[in-house]
Amino acid sequence: MMKKLLFTLVTLSLLFACCFAASAYENEAWYGEQNAGKVINVFNWGEYISDTYEDGMLDVNKEFEKLTGIHVNYVTFESNEDMYAKIKNGGASYDIIIPSDYMIERMAKEGLLQQFDPNELPNYHYIDRKYLNMYYDPDNSYSVPYNVGMVGLIYNTKMVDETPTSWKIMWDEKYAGKILMIDNPRDAFAIPQKILGYSFNSTDEKELADVAQMLIDQKPLLQSYVMDEVFNKMESGEAAMVPYYVGDYMIMHDVNPDLAFVYPEEGVNIFVDAMCIPKSAKNIDAAKMYINFLLDPEIALTNAWYIGYASPNTSVLESEDYEEMAQNQFLYPDEEHMPNVEYFHNLPQETLTRFSQLWNEIKLAGGTNVRVYVGFGVTAFVIVAYLSYTAVQKRRREKWYDFRSSK
Amino acid sequence: MKNSLTKKIVAAPYLLWAAIFIIVPLIFVVYYSLVDANGSFSLDSIRSIGKYSDIMLNSIWLGFVATIISLLIAYPLAYIMARTTKNMQRTMMMLVMLPMWMNLLIRTYSLMILLQDTGIINSLLGAIHLPGANHLQFHMINTRGAVILGMVYNYIPYMILPLYSIMAKIDYGLIEAAQDLGASKLQVLRKIILPLSLPGIASGFTMVFVPSVSTFYISKKLGGSTFSLIGDIIEMQFKSANNYNLGAALSLILMVLILICMAIMNRFTGDDDDGGVLI
Amino acid sequence: MKTKLSPLSKLYIVLIMFFLYAPILVMILFSFNASVSTSVFQGFSSRWYVSLIHDEGTIRSVTNTLILAVCSSLIATVMGTAAAVGINAMRNKFIKKTTMNVTNIPMMNPEIVTGISMMLLFVFVGSLVGKEDVLGFTTMLIAHITFNLPYVILSVLPKLRQMDPNLPEAAMDLGCTPLQAFFKVTLPSISTGITTGLMMSFTLSLDDFVISYFTQGPSFETLPIRIFSMTKKRVTPDMYALSTIIFFAILFLLILLNVSQVRGEKRLRNKLNRGGAA
Repeated sequence: MMKKLLFTLVTLSLLFACCFAASAYENEAWYGEQNAGKVINVFNWGEYISDTYEDGMLDVNKEFEKLTGIHVNYVTFESNEDMYAKIKNGGASYDIIIPSDYMIERMAKEGLLQQFDPNELPNYHYIDRKYLNMYYDPDNSYSVPYNVGMVGLIYNTKMVDETPTSWKIMWDEKYAGKILMIDNPRDAFAIPQKILGYSFNSTDEKELADVAQMLIDQKPLLQSYVMDEVFNKMESGEAAMVPYYVGDYMIMHDVNPDLAFVYPEEGVNIFVDAMCIPKSAKNIDAAKMYINFLLDPEIALTNAWYIGYASPNTSVLESEDYEEMAQNQFLYPDEEHMPNVEYFHNLPQETLTRFSQLWNEIKLAGGTNVRVYVGFGVTAFVIVAYLSYTAVQKRRREKWYDFRSSK
Repeated sequence: MKNSLTKKIVAAPYLLWAAIFIIVPLIFVVYYSLVDANGSFSLDSIRSIGKYSDIMLNSIWLGFVATIISLLIAYPLAYIMARTTKNMQRTMMMLVMLPMWMNLLIRTYSLMILLQDTGIINSLLGAIHLPGANHLQFHMINTRGAVILGMVYNYIPYMILPLYSIMAKIDYGLIEAAQDLGASKLQVLRKIILPLSLPGIASGFTMVFVPSVSTFYISKKLGGSTFSLIGDIIEMQFKSANNYNLGAALSLILMVLILICMAIMNRFTGDDDDGGVLI
Repeated sequence: MKTKLSPLSKLYIVLIMFFLYAPILVMILFSFNASVSTSVFQGFSSRWYVSLIHDEGTIRSVTNTLILAVCSSLIATVMGTAAAVGINAMRNKFIKKTTMNVTNIPMMNPEIVTGISMMLLFVFVGSLVGKEDVLGFTTMLIAHITFNLPYVILSVLPKLRQMDPNLPEAAMDLGCTPLQAFFKVTLPSISTGITTGLMMSFTLSLDDFVISYFTQGPSFETLPIRIFSMTKKRVTPDMYALSTIIFFAILFLLILLNVSQVRGEKRLRNKLNRGGAA
């Protein structure tokens, strides 16, 4: 219904715009023609940009191509770590990437990001001041915020009887086989960390071990570890609960109204995803244009609708079309509804290595299966038996030949 | 003889290609598995492989079971195919090959939708109201069985085709002769058909076993990611975990293990100097 | 000799075909689903076919896949046929055996290892020459040619061996140059092997996902890669629509091929019969 309303509104406003033949985007002249025909590679999260003209939305990449003549190669990644590995190991160059806070901190420190002055961008003033000068980019020299979100618990009200208030429900045996866990180390560790009262950014060896143990204990109860598969599994009612990002809950809820959302009391992760230009970028000018374009009120609005995350863009919150969303307490909680939040910070290399070791161990846990050993034993036995049988036969035949030829 | 020299020279581009794009990349795998992240020599990656032995065995076992099941299903089918009329043979060939042209990912995804708890099979079962049982449901997804089924489903054409092509070549006169000499059906199978079809079994085995052991998509979709196969772990090292050295070491071991399995296989089928027989 | 099928065999065939085609039927059914879901059917609609036509990214990836498959299979066939001729002419047992073993590596090796090993090489060479975006069409083409080559060689080689080696020599005695002898005598007798090799490499290249996954770059996306990134989210029925179209297109081609083969055989038989009568 919300989308229908939006549709009429946008159609009206488009009609309005057409009548006055006003340009649709701000500072269209700023983009110019000088980069037409060039290509930029954009590396973003899946389902993290509006890419349809349905329901009055805009296909952002197509609109950008129309406006500037720059061709956009749009590819997606699944997690900050996947993206980091691609950038770090080379082989491919990207002009725009959209990592989260802690990853920006890490990449900036390792010199993987291009420094630029965002004040050059005419639409930069739309960014809410409270998302500037953040810990991961104190001088605003690497990144421009794109989206803000928090992690909460998505659950299916038809499958979960109670109203969960704590992360502990994910260890409840009642829901064995119906629980999904987020498939990336930082986000998965975050949940036991809050249950145990630790910080997300703890480097304490023992704390990490406790957390890993909790995840290993949880493993038999899980249906699977998921990232983007979560949409299919939650929407179809295949699984009962999953810790996931609030914006994605908004999308899932549109498809399956039985889904509900809660910020568990122990605390949750808050994050800012921001647009950056990697060092290996080939078209920095075009990349800046792309960033500016995503900040445009019209585009930011369509993205905010499509992606469903909180927007750091002030023009979006002021827009009449967005009023209903702006009052959503999951997206923009007021003082009273604000959960305990903590940001992820970049961790020292030893802790990161420890993270990935523990994560490997969690993945390996419970892999032992007696049947496999038995199976191997039987197979090996059959092979040996067959080989010795053929060997005996062969010798017997040879003997027979010897016997015959000696006669 | 001059002729044969020119003939040898035509192979030169290929030999060069093979050296650069087959041999050198393998050297890179070996190199990466022997150094650490900073590029200095270290055996850490190789040493940490012990931890993965369970997963390795598990993958080989699942691949092996899937291959044997494919063989058992495909063998009678190939035999039946080889004995029908030419027209029928062609139609059957077409029917077997057609799924191979469809994208593996899409096929696996639809298989997942069939098997899910809320999937089509269970919805159909749920629609049949049996007296007594009010909710009939089979839990299939996220089990070993589902992964094996996925492997069999995706790779069985690679078993059927070589088996069929070798069986079509068997001289039926031999079978008739054996029957005339009083051999029972079982004896015909054991003494004539089986030995003559061994090369087909060997190549079918290779073509199903190798991709099954190393798969990382099928296990993810049908097994849930709660139990991983070696392919998943390798993929993780090269993608999210960003540990190329461990990934390379695991790849190396996987390769060696598969070669060992193939060598055992060859003991059964006799060494063919060309390697596998193709369609 | 060629007997009619017994009812039991018929049942067996039907069962296996059902197994092979059940997921494909599901796919076709859901491509007509009115809603976005791929698990709950909510009425017929052709909206996904319409939205497919407007999906430039998908259409581009289909063209990319075809370009890659055509290029790689053609190059692999030419190079592989030449290689087979050369290998067949090798007299030294050891060299021949080594060559064959190397040829077998891409077939025996798990795809994931082949893909990774090539990626390591490409990235290394890329950093050596200072080209950061080395992964793309060229690297994928090289990778596809490499895994196609053994299939071409192994389907041409047996045909070469079956051929009477005296034939080209006879042709040369009669005044042909070696090149002419190859094109006039050798090539026709190994043509079935070459066709098989070409077809196989085309098929493999079309459907390859694992090796492409590791050697691709952002500038060149093939259909399997696109589908992979989609299956992680939500596979919308338009992918099913695309697969359904591909399915029927191939079905049509195969039937056409079959019919033409049957016709050709009939004509041949008629000709032979007439020849016998005369």
